[in-house]
Amino acid sequence: MKRFTTVMLLTLILALGAILAGCGGSSSQLELEKLTGEYSREFEGTELNVFNWGEYISDGSEGSMDVNAEFEELTGIKVNYSTYESNEAMYAKMKSGAVSYDIVIPSDYMIQRMISENMLQPLDFSRLSNYHYIDEQYRNLYFDPENEYSVPYSVGMVGLIYNSTMVEETPTSWTVMWDERYADDILTFNNSRDSFSIAQLILGQDVNTLDLAEWDAAAELLKEQNDVLQARVMDEIFNKMEAGNAAIAAYYAGDYLLMKENNEDLAFVYPKEGTTYFVDSICIPENAQNYEAALMYINFLLETQISTAIAEYTYYASPHTGTMNDPEYSLIGNEILYPEKEQMPEVQVFRDLDPEVRSYYEKLWEEILRD
Amino acid sequence: MKALDRILNGLIFFFLYAPLLVMVFFSFNEGRSTAVFSGFSFKWYIEMFTNRDTMLALQNTLILALLSSVIATLLGTMAAVGISKMRSQAGRSAIMTTTNIPMMNPDIVTGVSMMLLFVFVGRIFMADNSLGFLTLLIAHITFNLPYVVLNVLPKLRQTDRHLAEAAMDLGCTPLLAFFKVTLPAIRPGILAGFLMAFTMSLDDFVISYYTSGPNFQTLPLKIFSMTKKTVKPDMYALSSLLFITILVLLIMVNVAQAKADKQNQLNARR
Repeated sequence: MKRFTTVMLLTLILALGAILAGCGGSSSQLELEKLTGEYSREFEGTELNVFNWGEYISDGSEGSMDVNAEFEELTGIKVNYSTYESNEAMYAKMKSGAVSYDIVIPSDYMIQRMISENMLQPLDFSRLSNYHYIDEQYRNLYFDPENEYSVPYSVGMVGLIYNSTMVEETPTSWTVMWDERYADDILTFNNSRDSFSIAQLILGQDVNTLDLAEWDAAAELLKEQNDVLQARVMDEIFNKMEAGNAAIAAYYAGDYLLMKENNEDLAFVYPKEGTTYFVDSICIPENAQNYEAALMYINFLLETQISTAIAEYTYYASPHTGTMNDPEYSLIGNEILYPEKEQMPEVQVFRDLDPEVRSYYEKLWEEILRD
Repeated sequence: MKALDRILNGLIFFFLYAPLLVMVFFSFNEGRSTAVFSGFSFKWYIEMFTNRDTMLALQNTLILALLSSVIATLLGTMAAVGISKMRSQAGRSAIMTTTNIPMMNPDIVTGVSMMLLFVFVGRIFMADNSLGFLTLLIAHITFNLPYVVLNVLPKLRQTDRHLAEAAMDLGCTPLLAFFKVTLPAIRPGILAGFLMAFTMSLDDFVISYYTSGPNFQTLPLKIFSMTKKTVKPDMYALSSLLFITILVLLIMVNVAQAKADKQNQLNARR
């Protein structure tokens, strides 16, 4: 028994050692001569704490560029990269007051809330020489009207995904998600705001309405939908749509492109009632410890080759004009991610509603789920 | 009746292991899907070993599990020896109750309260980052301790306490008596406690979620954060490897145990 214990402990330690040794050693893909920003090594040896969505940066897998490793090599700054799965999780962690991040990438409505609670600090745009790449339409958005706190990172629109072998005609309206012919083959979001927005678009409402009667009307419509729904899903949608277990679903355009790689029959449309979109932007929290290095990191993310690598990895649309016109970008001119002006659906964007309205629709949402 | 028994057993094992088998199966998928199998390949295994972030998360998880379980085993064994020597029955059960709290408490309560404690202490010392590797380690040792104590105590009870006394009669110091007599007797309990602590630490999510900081993310946390988009298949490859490693370890433990039992029986007959 004694010898056995030693052997087992040794095995464990050896396995650990092997893993430690196996790390690193990837070759750089960065084209230094194409860099447009200035990168010095003055912050060499410092650490930069980055907090981003999971699976939201090109990390070297499948031959892509490892963005954080390239930045470390270029500047000598160590990037501590950690990830979250929702705006709310990120907010809670920051609000605990126990952590200090130098970079966070929240969505629009969360940025609005964080600015109003003084959790973000203004960016020194004179240090962001690559900011001019950001498309005009993504500047001065409602959550940061003066353009002081945020730099757009990734954008996306919600649309209708359908299986063309299961749906007879090309759907043009969100109402197809209530169609009894497809009963038990329809999927929708498992979160209140996105689900409500579909009903609100059909009813011609503003998705940020403060009129409680309008929320009631939308809730009525959603209750009717319960009879034909198969399930409310988030990432389970990938499996269900790819396997042909559902015919119609609402989800993000970029994720549709990923699904289509596994199932050629899937098609996508922006319904005529319009849709909603999100903007995830890079911000520096109020209690950041390495502000200067954080600015350098943001400028680095705005390099065309980096932005392209990220857009290529996430499959979401990029707000970066350099990437939109980058001949090396495989999704260049993709009509779903970057629709022409004429095909562009009418879009609305979620705002952070006041707590009273928020708790009202959350209560309605509970009722819908119970119905 | 026997046939029914077999069927029932078969069903139980099927439901226990089917999810794992599906995961292992899809870790060999060429594509990214867990619904469509597009071809056999080792792609995700290679991907996993070459991806810096994945390896870093695995490395963090293993370092944390190993360190916390070793420390918890040392502390837990000492605690168990101390508890077994306590004279007052009431005192002993009071200590046992306290020890068991981290295990009986819902993880979320332990997690949140530890976070609050760390934030509080961090504020006192004006730390920028109160949460990090150290807080994770403390949290993991805390919830690992009861598993070690609960595995070691019964072994101590089984051992004849007069054996150690006899050793001291023959000239051993108390410390030497512990290492020469008591320790060999309770070793299986210590080993079981260590293994349990190691696996508990390896798969903890909830407590880590609240006590981790910017510079140390473990594998379960990383996998959970992928659920907004999709979980990348190299995670299936990694999980399959972990599962197989643990399976092999368990088989080894059982084989060794069986051998030791046989040896003991032989010795006893002589």
